[in-house]
Amino acid sequence: MSRHSRTLFVVLLILMSAGCTRKPGPASPLKPTGFGAALVESSGGKQIGATGSVLAQPLVVQVNDEQGNAVTGALVDFSGPAGVSFDPPSGLTDSSGQLSTNVALGGMAGRYQLIAHTLAKTQKPVELKIEEIALGYQQELGFQLDNKYCARCHDPESTPERVSNYDNLEVKPHPFTEGDTLNKLSDADLTAIISHGGPALNKSALMPPYGYTLSKTEIEALISYIRLVSDPPYHASGMVYAEK
Amino acid sequence: MKNALSSLWQSLWQRWFGDPVRAFGVVSLLLLISLAIAPAKNYFSEWRHYQNQYLALIRSRGEAVTLQRHFHDGIQQIWIPQLGVVDRCTTCHAGLKETSLADANLPQPFRRHPVIPHTLDQFGCVMCHRGQGPATTVEQAHSSTEAWEQPTLPARYVQSSCGQCHRDPLTGTPQLNVGRNLLGRYGCVHCHTIKLPDGSAIKPTDDPPSLGHIADKTTREWIYAWLKDPQAYAVTATMPNFKLSDPDARDISAFLIANSTPIVGDTAPVSPAGKDQKAPDPAAGASLYGESFCASCHAVQNAAGNVVGGDVGPELTRIGNKVKPEWLRAWLRNPRVYDSGTAMPHYRFTDPQLSLLTAFLGNKTDSDLLANVHLDAATPEQIAHGKLLVTEYGCASCHEISGIKKPDNFAPELTRIGSKPLTQIIFLPGMAHAIPDYIAAKIRQPRSFGAALKMPQFSLAPAQIDALTTALLSLTDRAHDLPLALTVPAKPPSNYEPAGKAGQLMADLACFSCHAINGRGGDMAPDLTWEGSSVQRQWLLAFLKSPGTLRPALIRRMPRFNLSDDDAKELTDYIMTVYQTPAFDRDSMPASGYPPNQVEQGKQLFYSKYACQGCHIVDTKVDKGYVGPTLTQVGLRLNAAWIYQWLKDPQTMRPGAIEPNRNMNDEDARALTAFLMTQKGPSKQEAKK
Repeated sequence: MSRHSRTLFVVLLILMSAGCTRKPGPASPLKPTGFGAALVESSGGKQIGATGSVLAQPLVVQVNDEQGNAVTGALVDFSGPAGVSFDPPSGLTDSSGQLSTNVALGGMAGRYQLIAHTLAKTQKPVELKIEEIALGYQQELGFQLDNKYCARCHDPESTPERVSNYDNLEVKPHPFTEGDTLNKLSDADLTAIISHGGPALNKSALMPPYGYTLSKTEIEALISYIRLVSDPPYHASGMVYAEK
Repeated sequence: MKNALSSLWQSLWQRWFGDPVRAFGVVSLLLLISLAIAPAKNYFSEWRHYQNQYLALIRSRGEAVTLQRHFHDGIQQIWIPQLGVVDRCTTCHAGLKETSLADANLPQPFRRHPVIPHTLDQFGCVMCHRGQGPATTVEQAHSSTEAWEQPTLPARYVQSSCGQCHRDPLTGTPQLNVGRNLLGRYGCVHCHTIKLPDGSAIKPTDDPPSLGHIADKTTREWIYAWLKDPQAYAVTATMPNFKLSDPDARDISAFLIANSTPIVGDTAPVSPAGKDQKAPDPAAGASLYGESFCASCHAVQNAAGNVVGGDVGPELTRIGNKVKPEWLRAWLRNPRVYDSGTAMPHYRFTDPQLSLLTAFLGNKTDSDLLANVHLDAATPEQIAHGKLLVTEYGCASCHEISGIKKPDNFAPELTRIGSKPLTQIIFLPGMAHAIPDYIAAKIRQPRSFGAALKMPQFSLAPAQIDALTTALLSLTDRAHDLPLALTVPAKPPSNYEPAGKAGQLMADLACFSCHAINGRGGDMAPDLTWEGSSVQRQWLLAFLKSPGTLRPALIRRMPRFNLSDDDAKELTDYIMTVYQTPAFDRDSMPASGYPPNQVEQGKQLFYSKYACQGCHIVDTKVDKGYVGPTLTQVGLRLNAAWIYQWLKDPQTMRPGAIEPNRNMNDEDARALTAFLMTQKGPSKQEAKK
């Protein structure tokens, strides 16, 4: 009896251990050697990329102490909404107090709020919010059209490839990020301005009509792009479906 | 123990089957339960759970009635026999077509599908997203299972699916376009054959130099340093790092130098007129470099580490370390002596100009680059070993090397890499067993799959790796097996070749490196297909001799080639005769003699109704428009009929033109043409002031 039960026990043990899976250990065994009091964004925020893509510039954050000096060896980790991934997801700051990570955006178009956190000496969490914008197919198309037709006048920044025409215009165009102005215009208004030019809405004649150049789909794409990049963010007005 | 068990068994048997009535009741009950299994499984199935959730979600919304009307209970299916699509995704993803469910805060799987150019009913879901269409559980539909190798495609690669049918670049798929471009630009297709569904193969676009005469051009020390780390010489170099050991790099450099044969005329004495010449002025060299618009094609890394300039030719940051001055001088004099097919134009530099440029470029050095390279004279064993290595590493796949044949199929063919069966792939430990992860890892670090592998390490940014992976993922079985009628084939490549003496001149000047004509050529400069209809002969002749600035905002401009009168005339005649559009008669409108009131009307239209000054300049004192070309001398430059036709419809005259079509009526177009034809620029005295 006792021999039987012992065998049974051993067999049961073997079966149980076979059913167990090894749990993965903690992903990063990084030990911070420094602690900061503040996190600041060095570069890489407010970027625009296609959904799912890796942003062109890495996101760089810096850890500072109370005096504003860079802290080396502070542990920073990044997190974001579903679908966003970071390479590396966490790390220690370098000798200039900075940590750089490559951000891959999620699969849905929209604004992504990313969070970088580190621990202060008191174990108090310090957080930094960074925003990035993901373009879906439609907004991506709009972005391409913006680059080709609009940016020369509507973007005041010049690039090595393109000198901005913004300063040359008597009536200044609205940059597409200028949400305070553009968010007040309805989709129909924007469509009218793009299709029929500025005078259609009593605005500057320097804005030419594109209704015979761009298709309806292209104009819709352009508007959807403008809506996505506007700052402050655009909230569609019109029908509101209240919860019952 | 045995007794106890058997007595328990007996008592249970007695209780349930002791008498016939009781046995009948128990058996009926068992039968009923077993009959209920199937309906219960159906009732508690995953998809029904999602449908109930969806119904609960829409019930609380204002447009519940509409949504309810669109909703269909039960398993939904999109069936497209020609594409082999059987998709049941819409069973759970019930709100894909609902415009009102676009809100990003709604939980999945109920959100509306983002706007795309296709409808779900046309193509289904798995055509783009992969995964197992007929499956009705989350796990089976999305993940890779034993019976189904293709999990859903991560969003970052989804553009690859567009590439299955669309062979030409699409505006909406920049990542795919970049990736396809990189396959040629980084020379992937030198070693890996990639056949396209139409039977053609992807062609490399990187034009690696022939190594047959390399000793004329550079030193063994530079070759050694370059082989060890190409990116240390030029950060933009597309040559990959083969991770060669010191002796291997030494032997390959020994072989390449020993194998090189000289070309007559590809070296020139640096100071031909005598040795007592003054050293050329570096500032004058820099300004000649600028005036010749070398930076349109060649980049230089500045002090801040930014690479500034074009990417048609190689980066020149440390060119002085690489080339021998006497070779450089001969190359600048006529690059076609050394490389007949180079994209570099044959500038007709004068001897003093050659000295200036040679000295200026020769000073672009980095003292660290070759500081630690000390090579002893090569031994025959080293040279023989070098030859062996060159054959083993497949150098001749990209470079022409005399005495070594270009190997065929040096690396695995990638024609159907996007659907490669997982069983044929060796994954690294800890790696997701999926094709996209495999391809990306292989591009990122080829030798992580085995130190003995020959594939070299490319220096690519993460975004470039994603783009390449996207392009490779588009090469699926489906892409190859689709009926031809369902694909959007690429435009056939143009093999246009201008004829005669002008054709030779155009090849010599490498016009196609920047300009496109009849579908062939670069996109840096305007398309010249209808140039003869567009411009006036006198202007073109003067422009070829001494190109002026048409667009003040552009950094890249037409360089001055120092053409002889005969050459300029030859080219002008050819362009004016051959590059004529059949769409209109270029003599249909006069060059001058427009009535003053029409000119005045045109001026009014220019400044008020059409507000052309936003982008163009006619009067340098008032106008500031920087987008389009300056029109101060347009009356001398363009043909009147061309201006008229252009105003009516710019995109027909030059596809892709950014000037908007204003749907102009004939009268306005005529008046504007009249006004523009009177713009003949300030008189010469005025211009001097």
